[in-house]
Amino acid sequence: MTCLPATTQKKLGLAIDLDTCVGCQACVTACKGWNDQGYGARLSDQNPYGADPSGTFLNRVHSYAVQPEAGPAQTINFPRSCLHCDDAPCVTVCPTGASYKRTEDGIVLVNEDACIGCGLCAWACPYGARELDQAAGVMKKCTLCVDRIYNETLPEEDREPACVRGCPTGARHFGDFSDPDSKVSRLSAERGGYALMPDMGTKPVNRYLPPRKKDHPQEASLLAPLLDIKASGFAGWLDKILGKI
Amino acid sequence: MHPAPSVIIFSVFSGMGFGLLAFLGAGVVTPSGWAAFLWWGLGYGLAVVGLLASTFHLGNPQRALLAFTQWRSSWLSREAWASVATLLLLAPVALSDWLALGWPRGIGFIGAVLALGTVFTTSMIYTQIKAVPRWHHPVTPLMFMVFSLTGGAILAGQHLLAAVLCVALGAVLLAVYRIGDGQFARAGQTMGTATGLDRIGEVAVFEQAHTAGNYLLREMIYVVGRKHATKLRRIAFALAVVLPALLLLGHGLPFVVLAAISHLTGALAARWLFFAEAEHVVGLYYGKR
Repeated sequence: MTCLPATTQKKLGLAIDLDTCVGCQACVTACKGWNDQGYGARLSDQNPYGADPSGTFLNRVHSYAVQPEAGPAQTINFPRSCLHCDDAPCVTVCPTGASYKRTEDGIVLVNEDACIGCGLCAWACPYGARELDQAAGVMKKCTLCVDRIYNETLPEEDREPACVRGCPTGARHFGDFSDPDSKVSRLSAERGGYALMPDMGTKPVNRYLPPRKKDHPQEASLLAPLLDIKASGFAGWLDKILGKI
Repeated sequence: MHPAPSVIIFSVFSGMGFGLLAFLGAGVVTPSGWAAFLWWGLGYGLAVVGLLASTFHLGNPQRALLAFTQWRSSWLSREAWASVATLLLLAPVALSDWLALGWPRGIGFIGAVLALGTVFTTSMIYTQIKAVPRWHHPVTPLMFMVFSLTGGAILAGQHLLAAVLCVALGAVLLAVYRIGDGQFARAGQTMGTATGLDRIGEVAVFEQAHTAGNYLLREMIYVVGRKHATKLRRIAFALAVVLPALLLLGHGLPFVVLAAISHLTGALAARWLFFAEAEHVVGLYYGKR
């Protein structure tokens, strides 16, 4: 049934640190790499080496220029993937029961054997988290690497989503948001983690950690010592003479 | 949103078909013999062609029967049930009319209500989507229902009633455009709220997430036809409302046929706009709408 569970035992999700993300796209590649060879249909590419390449990705990294009221603009890299919403509209619209939210850990998944590829769930998602694979004709979305996180054949440090494992700056954190003492819950509380478009009523689980406040720019430029060069020795003598002529 | 021909044909044809079936079922017209066969056939034909068209855009249409399973939560599933129930329920009435069996028509009224209920479920597939603010308003089901009734009345040859419904449809279309144009702003979502970066300052796209197109851009961020939106609105209004209303003042079958063709063309244009003009909030991540 595509009715949503009233509660879930866990709320697995990601805390994404916009302060540390450098926009390197490693999570995009790690995600595509892992999810292309395991769970469900492959993440196909269309015309990958042609003039108009296109493909299925479960994670995309945007880049924004944000201009605060005072001070210079900031570049903020912004990974976007499924937020594993508590009130996931993509689940309830599904006519076949392919789309579902797991009671045990809150992960939103697609049963590809039941997916007719109508695309309605992708329409219902405000975040663009779902992409219909053009080769398989089924809906693809972030699984939180459900085939990694419980996989006992993997070394323990690898039992987290590929995007988290692959992030070179540690900008992505995986954990249980229903546990207030979990790493992600504490991080989110400390850093003022926020949900995207809360007014859409989706109750996302994932949290974004806003960039930390920048230092106040100093009165004088940091480059001041370099700009205000006092010539000495012969150059100083020359400077004095030439100034007098 | 991408105006897929399959979905436009589906919603317009099946809407018109169920509209006609509602009039036939309610006994507003009670044809007999081969006239009944043709009239009921037209209603069934339009409804079935529409429903079949809706399967053309599916990635895996061979599993379409699974769409009957989730009626408890999904409007699309409810629509599947409502349409099949209507077609089955009205079958004996159609048969009775055609072969002059004289069976009681009571079931026809239930079928008529179900036919309109089917159109309502169709409209709710779109209305329920909060991420497309233009659709997320009670005026959307109203428009679908009045379109269905108007088309049905024209095909049922109800000159006066159809003309009155054309006027009503005109009023609804004006409301749809007026309300719809303000819906995105009223939803209050901006690039700032989509990214949550409005808490820092003014947000602008610095670099796109990918250099080429993707499913989201093709499906949800359709901008091609919007530049002719105003012109198309006028064409849709003239063909779906004004011209049929005038034609219906004339008497005889040719006027009805012309009114029906004009209305159908206008309805297709209006439905194309319904999709092409609808903006999905995911466009905000791309700085597009």
